[in-house]
Amino acid sequence: MAALHDLTAHEAHKLLWRGEITSLELTQAVLDRIVEIDNEIKAYLTLTPEAALERAREADTLLAAKRRDGEEPSPLLGVPMAVKDVICTEGIETTCGSKILEGFIPPYSATVVERLTEAGAIILGKTNTDEFAMGSSTENSGFFTTHNPWDTSRVPGGSSGGSAAAVASGEALFALGTDTGGSVRQPASLCGVAGLKPTYGRVSRYGLVAFASSLDQIGPLTRDVTDCALVLGVIAGHDPRDSTSLDLPIPNYREALLPDIKGLRIGVPEEYFVEGVEPQVAEVVRAAIDLLADLGAKMVEVSLPHTEYALPSYYLIAPAEASANLARYDGVKYGLSCSEASDIWEDYRRTREAGFGPEVKRRIMLGAYALSAGYYDAYYLKAQKVRTLIKEDFDQAFSKCDVLVGPTSPTVAFKIGERVEDPLQMYLSDIFTLSQPLAGIPGISIPCGFAGGLPVGLQIIGPALGEETVLRVAYAYEQATEWHKMRPQL
Amino acid sequence: MEYEPVIGIEVHAQLLTKSKMFCGCNTDYMGAPPNTHVCPVCLGMPGVLPVINRKAVEYTIVTGLALNCQVPEATKWDRKNYHYPDLPKGYQISQYDLPLTRDGCLEIDFDGERKRIDIRRVHLEEDTAKLFHEEGYALVDFNRSGVPLLEIVSEPDLRSIEEVRQYVTKLRTILRYLGVSSGDMEKGAMRFEVNISLRPRGGEEYGTRVEIKNLNSFRAVLNSLKYEIERQKEILQSGGKIKQETMGWDGVRGVTVPQRSKEYAHDYRYFPEPDLPPLELKRKWIGSIKARLPELPDAKRERFIQEYGLSEYDAGILVADKEVADLFEGYVKVYPKGKSVVNWMSRELFPLLNEGRVTLEEFRSKWPPDYVHELLDSYDRGWITQSTASQVVTVITIGGDDRSPRCIIEEETLAQISDEERLGAIIEGVIEENPKPVADYLGGKEGALRYLVGQVMRATKGKANPGLVNELLIKNLKEMAQNM
Repeated sequence: MAALHDLTAHEAHKLLWRGEITSLELTQAVLDRIVEIDNEIKAYLTLTPEAALERAREADTLLAAKRRDGEEPSPLLGVPMAVKDVICTEGIETTCGSKILEGFIPPYSATVVERLTEAGAIILGKTNTDEFAMGSSTENSGFFTTHNPWDTSRVPGGSSGGSAAAVASGEALFALGTDTGGSVRQPASLCGVAGLKPTYGRVSRYGLVAFASSLDQIGPLTRDVTDCALVLGVIAGHDPRDSTSLDLPIPNYREALLPDIKGLRIGVPEEYFVEGVEPQVAEVVRAAIDLLADLGAKMVEVSLPHTEYALPSYYLIAPAEASANLARYDGVKYGLSCSEASDIWEDYRRTREAGFGPEVKRRIMLGAYALSAGYYDAYYLKAQKVRTLIKEDFDQAFSKCDVLVGPTSPTVAFKIGERVEDPLQMYLSDIFTLSQPLAGIPGISIPCGFAGGLPVGLQIIGPALGEETVLRVAYAYEQATEWHKMRPQL
Repeated sequence: MEYEPVIGIEVHAQLLTKSKMFCGCNTDYMGAPPNTHVCPVCLGMPGVLPVINRKAVEYTIVTGLALNCQVPEATKWDRKNYHYPDLPKGYQISQYDLPLTRDGCLEIDFDGERKRIDIRRVHLEEDTAKLFHEEGYALVDFNRSGVPLLEIVSEPDLRSIEEVRQYVTKLRTILRYLGVSSGDMEKGAMRFEVNISLRPRGGEEYGTRVEIKNLNSFRAVLNSLKYEIERQKEILQSGGKIKQETMGWDGVRGVTVPQRSKEYAHDYRYFPEPDLPPLELKRKWIGSIKARLPELPDAKRERFIQEYGLSEYDAGILVADKEVADLFEGYVKVYPKGKSVVNWMSRELFPLLNEGRVTLEEFRSKWPPDYVHELLDSYDRGWITQSTASQVVTVITIGGDDRSPRCIIEEETLAQISDEERLGAIIEGVIEENPKPVADYLGGKEGALRYLVGQVMRATKGKANPGLVNELLIKNLKEMAQNM
């Protein structure tokens, strides 16, 4: 048997249900693993070991009761996990990776946290993130940078880099991330794990600290596709507290995992194999696509002609929304407060000057500018029009195929510090993951090989509410390969 | 040169919904300790989301329909961005280019004529928190934060202080009729912003306008406008130019004062609220709201005139307050003499209300329609005098006597003496005791009769039927003259 901390959630579930291991043993093993390696990885901002062990004991009691009654428990009962620190957890500090929220303890939990807790999952702690999820490397965290478990001199990707690194290194069996422009899929790709961004509205955003409200979506980071399906099944669904959440029935995602993809039409957008994609990455992804063809999928050439406008459009819409979403951090109600000045305006200036990092400030400025009188039409409104075009690109493409595939990230994990001074270069990390949130459609990244010893991710994109097909293709690929079983040497 | 004021008004009215605009907090915060009617949503905590209050939307549409507005097929919310400690999110969820209702009007009566004031829009937004400025610091009470707030924006169609008075009064009456707002200005449920400019009378072009914000009463609206008209007139007459600016009203000094510009952003950077999808306004729903529109003051006044034969003046007084109108209708249903009822209410109820000796509610509970019927019937039949009727009102309303009027009249023998025999005896006595006035009267001084009537009333403690006393006295005196 693999080390306990290396289990997938569904493997752990099987052992827990059979009574071969206890949740306490499992949770303790993962906590031990964290103690052992997190100095090196720095995936966690906050750990809650006592609460986790207490919850594990409760889970064991419940498991025993269910076993006695022959009642099938939730597949996540007793499974230890991590939560990205932009998701509110009642009684547990939630900082969003920002100094401005240091010490903030929410009096409420996000809906996803409630649902996972209800399902019996055990929260180990809160994972590092780029400040307010703005970044692609965790280097924008207000506290420290997380290291890639495959090469600790490299970034784990971001912004859900802490969650991805934790899952990749055995510091959690699965984790929650958030994806606004690739923040689940890109770190999943760079850390060699699976990461799913659901359809906008599929998962409640209540309690997710907003970066860009029309784009943000919570998604799972897991060790395989089955776990993605399990976690999505728990967190998906309508929430009366989130007016943008969809009031639609939840499919049984696990049942969608069929290894057979014969006859499924898979589109390969030509715009996803352009200059800027590392040749080795392109090669690995091409090979993965060939395998899908071998499995019986029908390959279709498609075009997403507005792909190149996704980045400029995204970097107007997301910062515009962020400029308003982050206005509440003013030192009056919670978090950092620098209020020695004589008037409120000076207090605001000092608090926000001290509390926000440079990338957050950059985006607030960008967003405020894009919304300002006289520029609104040229920037914000234009970007919204482009967003519509991007959506139409996908509609067109999905009239010809069931899913789209391509690389998740144009590169493998880059060196810590390499792109810090060059925001534009950093933004390009997300070039293939920006347009799906703009279109509100789902996408998954799964490991599909290595380039120079570093993981490469295959992105599978579906139409709105096409999670089942996306998961099915991902699962079929996974069944035919061993990449998801690879673990970094630590 | 003679100047004409050009005035537009924004009225903010808190809606009477049970819960706040975007969360479940109770809106009934009056008198509650600070920050007790709050939750993560109305405190603007990280990660929380707004959920629209359906009732608030309905109330806004009702108001729009009552003000003859159009309701579009869909509406949406927008973020109005500005920093201030009373705004926990750093933006207010408001409506920018797709208000819930628009393009309506309100008719006011002015100089005996009707004048139409166009209404640009009626939209829905959230109220801010309340700030308490102390020496060197300020405190924030978020109880008010997120209360649904109606905004009614007029076109600059008002041309005088009197028109403004009519407009705001009528608007308030309508809101209360609809039951959407208490309109209680003392509790801050209704607040105003005005914009005012002057132009030569008869001119076409608008002058430079000044905005006056944070006006919390009709008096503040009217006085600040009065002041501002004079201020602008003086500037214009001395050849100066009006500066476009935002003012506040210092009610103590009675002057408008320029506001610090920092507190009013020049650019609110409106953009569509991404947390709230656009709202489709289904015709069926709008139709059902329309069907439930209550009778409005103008219609009610016409009906009162037609149905109860009231004068325009009397009807106008009654409909100015829906509760008064309802009270009247309750009474007139069991005592179908409209004029009698309205006269009685004007004589007895209104002074008590104006003097604050009773609330409408207390009066209503102490005067069920059958009591009113008993009292007015007794009076109209001449069984009791007006002064007795007043006494009964006082005994019941202020004295707290819970016997019925008829019971009081009987038990206290307040009934008017209309018994000719009894009165005859009293009159004879009065004639005997007052030979001088009798002689005066018989000698042609008709005025002496009034004195004699007074004496009879005194002898009967006011219970005598004055008409009958008059009649009997004349008869007796005439007989005396014949016998002389």
